[in-house]
Amino acid sequence: MALEELSEAVQKGKAKIVKELVNQELEKGTPVDVILNDGLIAAMGVVGEKFKLNQIYVPEMLVAARAMSKGLSIIEPLMTETGVKPVGTVVIGTVKGDLHDIGKNLVAMMMKGIGATVYDLGVDVADAQFVEKAEEVNADIVCLSALLTTTMPAIEDVIKEFEKAGVRDKYRIMIGGAPVNQAFADQIGADVYTSNAADAAENAKEFLTKKYA
Amino acid sequence: MEFTKLAYESTDDFLYGICPKPVETRNGLVIGGGEMYPEVNFTLPPMNITKDTMPEVRRIYSEIIEGVLKKAYELHAPGLVIEFETLPEMTEHPEWGIEIHKILRDAMHNYEDKYGLKSAIRMTPNDLREMSRPPIMRSGKYWEAMVKTFEGSAKDGADFLSVESTGGKEINDEAIMNADLRTSIFALGCLASRDMKWLWTNITQIAKENGSIPAGDSACGFANTSMVLAEQGFIPKVYAAVMRAMVTPRALVAIENGAIGPSKDCAYENVYLKAITGTPITLEGKSAACAHFSPRGNIALAVPDLWSNESVQQVKLLSGFAPVVSTEQLTYDCRLMNIAAKKGHAKLMRDLLVESDCYLDPQAYVLTPENVFEISREIVKTSDPFSRTLNTARKTLEIIRRGLDKKELTIDERDLRWLDILESQVEEIPEDEEEFIEEMKDEVDETKYRPEEYGI
Ligand code: B12
Repeated sequence: MALEELSEAVQKGKAKIVKELVNQELEKGTPVDVILNDGLIAAMGVVGEKFKLNQIYVPEMLVAARAMSKGLSIIEPLMTETGVKPVGTVVIGTVKGDLHDIGKNLVAMMMKGIGATVYDLGVDVADAQFVEKAEEVNADIVCLSALLTTTMPAIEDVIKEFEKAGVRDKYRIMIGGAPVNQAFADQIGADVYTSNAADAAENAKEFLTKKYA
Repeated sequence: MEFTKLAYESTDDFLYGICPKPVETRNGLVIGGGEMYPEVNFTLPPMNITKDTMPEVRRIYSEIIEGVLKKAYELHAPGLVIEFETLPEMTEHPEWGIEIHKILRDAMHNYEDKYGLKSAIRMTPNDLREMSRPPIMRSGKYWEAMVKTFEGSAKDGADFLSVESTGGKEINDEAIMNADLRTSIFALGCLASRDMKWLWTNITQIAKENGSIPAGDSACGFANTSMVLAEQGFIPKVYAAVMRAMVTPRALVAIENGAIGPSKDCAYENVYLKAITGTPITLEGKSAACAHFSPRGNIALAVPDLWSNESVQQVKLLSGFAPVVSTEQLTYDCRLMNIAAKKGHAKLMRDLLVESDCYLDPQAYVLTPENVFEISREIVKTSDPFSRTLNTARKTLEIIRRGLDKKELTIDERDLRWLDILESQVEEIPEDEEEFIEEMKDEVDETKYRPEEYGI
């Protein structure tokens, strides 16, 4: 049950062992998508579940996420070669004028946990930068975070920027942050609002699974 | 000034509304002189702040302050403090922050002249320096804008100058999410403390030149961020508890370089500060639930001199606007506290507030008067911020462990595991600061901060 061993190592955040085990699996001829799904992503699923049940904290999740990305970095180059479809691509950032990034980082981590490729633009991100990056990496989802009542309007500005560029409909725009709510999302025409990172990842997973089914 | 012992002989004298070194404003409002007053803070509803929206911004702040003053007057508040915490745009354009301060200040003077309601204003420009990454701490346009905001409002009669400064935070942000005490000790004991010395020397100078009072700093971005994250179940409560005590040596640097209080509301570490320096403090707890939740709603009210709501936005509730609601809640809290003190029950009141919280969460436990004194004594044993910070971490962990052994404090399974982890993190830190800084220079991502901005 080597994949279980791999999953265990990811859950415990043992990055070195994860690397070794992924290489071993590749040598054994285990298909890349099996390593990805049954080893790496499955492990993060377990970790996410433990977090939901209040058994562990974020630092433990972060250690696991880092171990997972070590494993991922080995198989990523092989994925295109072997025709394994990536889960999906997410561009994320905190809108202009806003420096709060803890919530955004959690969303990014959870998105990585479902196996998505995540481009994190950081904080205080200019409207146009979101559009540029999304276009450049051919993203599926764009995530916008705002924590101040005075930067919430910047979320709308970003959406307008997508409209202006004529590419609004190419992307699923998800928004969040403490002062944001569903009513605001409806008002500005965002696709999804969720109140926490776990729901955001779940929502993204559902969407991506359908999109690439 | 260097603190080598506590300002109190006994916890019996460690009470609310009164302190050994009260502070008096120009119009004769005495903070820490025997009475507790509300400190009300407020902010804008969802909106942009631009040149075009400034008329609306002005209108909203006028509306807020009129409502707050009216309510305080109606409820016979014996005194009132208003905090104006700027939003980033208002510091970036100092003229906006200064103007809004003046709107508030004028309305307050007006009320005093007309109705005799004595009030004072705390001006808290936000620390813009982190807008450049890695932050430039001692020069540049962001720092200059802050200076202008401090100066301009001080000239217009700001009573207290405060800030939630962010030195070292660029390193600590990630440490919080990893519950990494080692890096936090570096951020606080080595970086933040150096920045505080420089910053508070400057703020004190500005205050002196303009007749304002340098009041103090809050480690909001460190300890409150930890508290909020622990509250949401993201990081260990034991880490947040240790962080709370551990930011005190940083706060002490402000007092050692000129600040005299009242220190800012969200700094729950103020209780240690009051024990050590005898200066007046503000706190917030249950009546700040409009801004954030906390596990120390009652215990926070045990020893402050001012009682705050942290912040609330101008939105309409069933009774009226939210800042007015806060004013009523805080004023009633203060009434009860003041009458209890007048009748000789201050200590009883304090002890009830303490006991109703202290065994239920390690973050409350470290705030009991006995534990505050024990930790504070540990802090003044040495004189440099690094060893003070390290010793505070050790002492606080020891106190939590002892509370568990005595079975008076309970924490859940995952926090027990983290208590072990934190104890071993702290064990590995060398006593010598030079040695520690060298180690950390290798460990910390050097693209995140500029050591030269801290003089290391
Ligand atoms: C921590 C904190 C800070 C830290 C930030 C550290 C950091 N690196 O992020 C520091 C101290 C630096 C800070 C600074 C400031 N802050 Co602040 N801060 C907070 C605080 C206490 C917690 C925020 C937080 O991290 N929460 C924990 C995270 C995990 O929660 P979250 O961000 O909501 O994210 C979750 C969800 O919302 C969701 N989510 C988040 N993003 C996204 C995105 C998507 C796409 C989705 C789907 C979901 C999603 O998932 C997350 C996880 O479940 C809040 C209080 C509050 N009630 O929120 C104030 C608060 C937001 N800050 C406030 C203020 C005023 C400021 C300052 C202006 C203070 C000042 N005067 O200096 C500055 C602003 C600087 C700037 N330009 O941005 C006010 C805002 C008031 C207003 N008008 O809106 C608040 C509400 C505090 C208050 N009550 O006064 N702050």
